[in-house]
Amino acid sequence: MLTLVNIEIYKIFRKWRTYIGFIAIAVLVPVIQLAMLAEGERSLDFMTRNLQQSFVFVGNLLNGYLISYIILNSLVIHIPFLIALVAGDLLAGEATAGTYRLLITRPVSRFKLITAKFFSAIIYTNLLVLWLAIVSLGIGILIFGVGELIVIKSSSIIIFPKYDILWRFVLGYGFASLSMMVVASLAFLLSSLVENAIGPIVSTMAIIIAFIIISAIDIEVFQKIKPFLFTNYMNSWRLFFDDPIDVYKILQSVLILLGHIAVFFGAAVYVFHKKDILT
Amino acid sequence: MGNEKVIEIENLSKQFREVKAVNNLCLNVYKGDVFGFLGPNGAGKSTTIRMLVSLINPTEGKIRIFGKDLKSNRIDILKHVGAIVEKPDFYGYLSAYKNIEILGKLSQTDVSYKRIMEVLELVGLEKRYKSKVKTFSHGMKQRLGLAQALLHDPDLIILDEPTTGLDPQGMKEVRDLLLYLSNEKKKTIFISSHILYEIELVANRMIIINKGTKVVEGFVEDLLNSNNLKVTFEVDDGGKAKSFLDNSVWSGRLESLAGNKLIFSLTNDEIPKLNRFLIESNIEVSAVVPTRSLEQYFLNITEKGE
Repeated sequence: MLTLVNIEIYKIFRKWRTYIGFIAIAVLVPVIQLAMLAEGERSLDFMTRNLQQSFVFVGNLLNGYLISYIILNSLVIHIPFLIALVAGDLLAGEATAGTYRLLITRPVSRFKLITAKFFSAIIYTNLLVLWLAIVSLGIGILIFGVGELIVIKSSSIIIFPKYDILWRFVLGYGFASLSMMVVASLAFLLSSLVENAIGPIVSTMAIIIAFIIISAIDIEVFQKIKPFLFTNYMNSWRLFFDDPIDVYKILQSVLILLGHIAVFFGAAVYVFHKKDILT
Repeated sequence: MGNEKVIEIENLSKQFREVKAVNNLCLNVYKGDVFGFLGPNGAGKSTTIRMLVSLINPTEGKIRIFGKDLKSNRIDILKHVGAIVEKPDFYGYLSAYKNIEILGKLSQTDVSYKRIMEVLELVGLEKRYKSKVKTFSHGMKQRLGLAQALLHDPDLIILDEPTTGLDPQGMKEVRDLLLYLSNEKKKTIFISSHILYEIELVANRMIIINKGTKVVEGFVEDLLNSNNLKVTFEVDDGGKAKSFLDNSVWSGRLESLAGNKLIFSLTNDEIPKLNRFLIESNIEVSAVVPTRSLEQYFLNITEKGE
């Protein structure tokens, strides 16, 4: 199995499209950081204007942690496209290129082949989120330094001391990885159904957008199905920036996301096992 | 050739919605055979081959390879099978060497530099081993296809139209390679083609299929060297010739007349006799073209796409 995963990882990283995600993050995140460097103080001042009437803010509030928190908030909805770009191509890309014929005529079970591909999708997803963490948190700290993290919620404001933040980011990025793995699994399943890689990429994004819209509309029917939509949990990494942390809610979210991964992967295995290779 | 069956196909069928691509096909390939699998385009050759290498599942019927059921022994069987299925597609963004190395690893075989270069040399690609496959011509990809099929030294080689896209020299090289593999390495080879001549040059046994069904099966020598020939006589005046023939012993042998072309069903010995008869009847014969009946049949189904 390790050999198969190595082969798949090698193939992924020999394709140009794989680097689009890494380059996009490497460009976009510093652009946001530079904008924050120029305008950040004023924005922060604007955000906390009401509070400044009751509190006196001291110290470095515009720090690497805050920048990273803002970036994670805004990018976690856009990263799925970069994930789908690779995961959606893993099976359909072989069909398009006609290389399924080479793979499936080898003495390897279809289950092992698809599992190796799935693991490689998961590895790519985690590397991309890790890259996001390195660029946003690493460069953020380098440019802005460290300090207390001010988190403004709908009904409260929480200020975390600087020694109490890093572990929250580690777990937060871990959770973001998990939600991106669901996206990868969905794109992977869609990739097993068709013979053209564009379809799974577009379909994955269409499903995510549709789910987000359904979750946002305040209609009773939609609100009833909301807990079953994985998109509802994509921002649950924020739970690690609560005080106290709601462990039960986090575990529930983790289990729901893991369930989605298992269902999507199981369906992909079933489809692939039954599939007639006609390309 | 031996009596040991390498491939046994029993009542094999494949239905794609309303189309039955393969219909109740039965055949046996014996150890050491170079087995020609012949049929016009769309006859069901590639579908059968895809079932032989488990790319698609049969709707009905059984496939046994090396005496084992393919469905339940797929991995064991594929360890000893090398195949090219339809056009040779590879990872274009990787080199020829890397493609072969990856496929060798998947086949759990020796992927040392020496072995990979050995097979690339066998197919004449050793000088291009570093080149990305996307820069290869169709013919070069076809050769690389052969290399990947031979890398793990399989006992059974299944080739789906391996000379498609090759120039005459390339076609000859592939034929020579197949004969070498059969004669020297004692491999069993299953080769499909829609060109009878190609099969005749390399195969010892063959089957012709059309519309997914067997038409004829047997030894190439028996099927193609039969004494039943279709002979076309091209004459100066077809009508005049026919009137002479109608009053002669040859009248029953005339099968058709199209302009100045008369087609007869004859044996080898009868050709000069009929020729003499026509000349003695003052009919000028400008050409005599004998065609074996099986060849004629195959030409008919290929041309008409029946």
